Amino acid sequence: MNRIESRFFRLQQAGRTGLIPFVTAGDPAPEHAVALMHALVAAGADLIELGVPFSDPMADGPVIQHASERAIARGVGLGDVLRWVAQFRQHDADTPVVLMGYLNPIELHGYARFAQDAAKAGVDGVLIVDCPLEESAVLEPLRAAGLQQILLAAPTTAPARMVKLCEAARGFLYYVSFAGITGAARLSTADIAARVAEVRAVAKAPVAVGFGVRDAASAKAIAGFADAVVIGSALVERLAGATEADEIAARAHAFLAPIRAALDVP
Amino acid sequence: MPATQDFHRWPDAHGRFGAYGGSYVAETLMAPLAELTEAYQRLRQDPDFLAELDRDLKYYVGRPSPIYHAERLSQHVGGAQILLKREDLNHTGAHKINNTIGQALVARRMGKRRVIAETGAGQHGVASATVAARFGMKCVVYMGAVDIERQKINVYRMKLLGAEVVPVTSGSKTLKDALNEAMRDWVTNVADTFYIIGTVAGPHPYPQMVRDFNAIVGREAREQMLEGYGRLPDAITACVGGGSNAIGLFHAFLNDAGVRIVGAEAAGEGIATGRHAASLAAGRPGVLHGNRTYVLCDDKGQVTETHSVSAGLDYPGVGPEHAFLKDAGRAEYVGVTDDEALEAFHLLARTEGILAALESSHAVAQAMKLAREYPKDALVLCNLSGRGDKDVHTIAAREGITL
Repeated sequence: MNRIESRFFRLQQAGRTGLIPFVTAGDPAPEHAVALMHALVAAGADLIELGVPFSDPMADGPVIQHASERAIARGVGLGDVLRWVAQFRQHDADTPVVLMGYLNPIELHGYARFAQDAAKAGVDGVLIVDCPLEESAVLEPLRAAGLQQILLAAPTTAPARMVKLCEAARGFLYYVSFAGITGAARLSTADIAARVAEVRAVAKAPVAVGFGVRDAASAKAIAGFADAVVIGSALVERLAGATEADEIAARAHAFLAPIRAALDVP
Repeated sequence: MPATQDFHRWPDAHGRFGAYGGSYVAETLMAPLAELTEAYQRLRQDPDFLAELDRDLKYYVGRPSPIYHAERLSQHVGGAQILLKREDLNHTGAHKINNTIGQALVARRMGKRRVIAETGAGQHGVASATVAARFGMKCVVYMGAVDIERQKINVYRMKLLGAEVVPVTSGSKTLKDALNEAMRDWVTNVADTFYIIGTVAGPHPYPQMVRDFNAIVGREAREQMLEGYGRLPDAITACVGGGSNAIGLFHAFLNDAGVRIVGAEAAGEGIATGRHAASLAAGRPGVLHGNRTYVLCDDKGQVTETHSVSAGLDYPGVGPEHAFLKDAGRAEYVGVTDDEALEAFHLLARTEGILAALESSHAVAQAMKLAREYPKDALVLCNLSGRGDKDVHTIAAREGITL
């Protein structure tokens, strides 16, 4: 069983909702990237989504774009991200890590080489924002290396397509809770609940819900109907500007701990 | 001489031109793109729609645009005869309106009342604002803050036409960033919004749709050549940023194997300096803005900042059909530097009384190079894609003149 599957299996056994923080690799401080990953786990993360910085993050909002720009300005690339995951794995063999990013850095790295390097580093899945199911043939080497392609579903996804996505989903299905970019503040919980219920009825894989989750209250609202909650922009915003490892860990903890606690209240 | 393959059969059903093109977008865009693809594939064969488009192209845009024999320029160069396809004479002063009028008609038929656009030089923004006014639609134009600074006149023009111009301050603050921002708007407002992409890039069906609407340039030119000169040109050339005016001219000639096709990319300060925007000449296959194409990026896959004296060519990607034509060997893509373009600008102004856009001046410079390779009775057709009034301030500033 892949780390992602076993993590969701155990969450389900325990009746808990998963907490998936997203951070842009190398932001706020490349030298503390690995420490930040451990801090996320210590603060209650069940799975880590690690953003691979890209110069043109079309589907992300300004918060994550700026985090990407800061990381790129400090020279962070896919190679660094893989190295950090490998270092993280030396002390954490259990927490699944999913790389989230865009196709071009992987294309330039080479698909076969990326598949090998990522599997060796201990990456469990990849979520490539600009690679929908229809264009996923290029990712075959990743699947062959045991990496799971995390697929996105959206409120705009048509019913027939949703069935296809649910069938193809491995690891978990990432439901973006409204038709917008990451980090924008618009969320009608009732609507999302209804849509996610439909998706969960079809999907065999667990469903994580993200986009626009900002705090304990909004996370808790989603926890009622999702297998996991993804929190990105609000966390990235909170971490921005921190320079020391202690401060980064403290901010991550201060932000995530209340959310973790809210999710764990039955 | 027939071509070795039918170049008119692309894209395929997946929006691919050989290995290029496709739909590399976030899931949220798949549904709107499917809706657009369905609508457009229906409309492109709908006689009513095509008749409506033809009427607007004739009475609103002012088509057909003439082919003009630049005799004094040809004499000065001393080689083949240089012919100019005068897209600069269109309403709004460039080829861009061929596309925006078409997309606005598609938007109207799809019931969308708000249009958005990205713009570099401002020409596509003006062309979008123009058709939005013409059809009573709300229009928002995204433009890089750097481009806003160097294209003030077009910014004001868009405002006069009732459009809202939104400065984009992320990334390099130029065309590619404006495109990112427009995509974000579209993802957020898909229900009532139509995204008018200004070039033959982006996800399927845009490269096909924008090409189709600009292909009128080449269809007219081909007929005008046969009528006026009794034969096809020996070579044709156009400037290539995203590549819409170029594919517009090239497309009708792709299956005429005897016609040499040359795209002029912005070599900026020279390709060797790294300060250029020559995606085909100096880039590599990658994925950017929804399609697989040639991209200017570093070894880590980060898209690099480009440079050109002309804002409209300052783009690190290029339309996927051009990528395909390059690999297929059907078209050549070469670099023209800022200095060469400016020299061509001045020469055309003084010999023919035509102020060409800086973008189009790259094509003129390339036409002059081609003309030198051919005898005097040869014909080189150049797409004069836009007029240069918008660039007067840029040129003056570059030459140290304060207006």
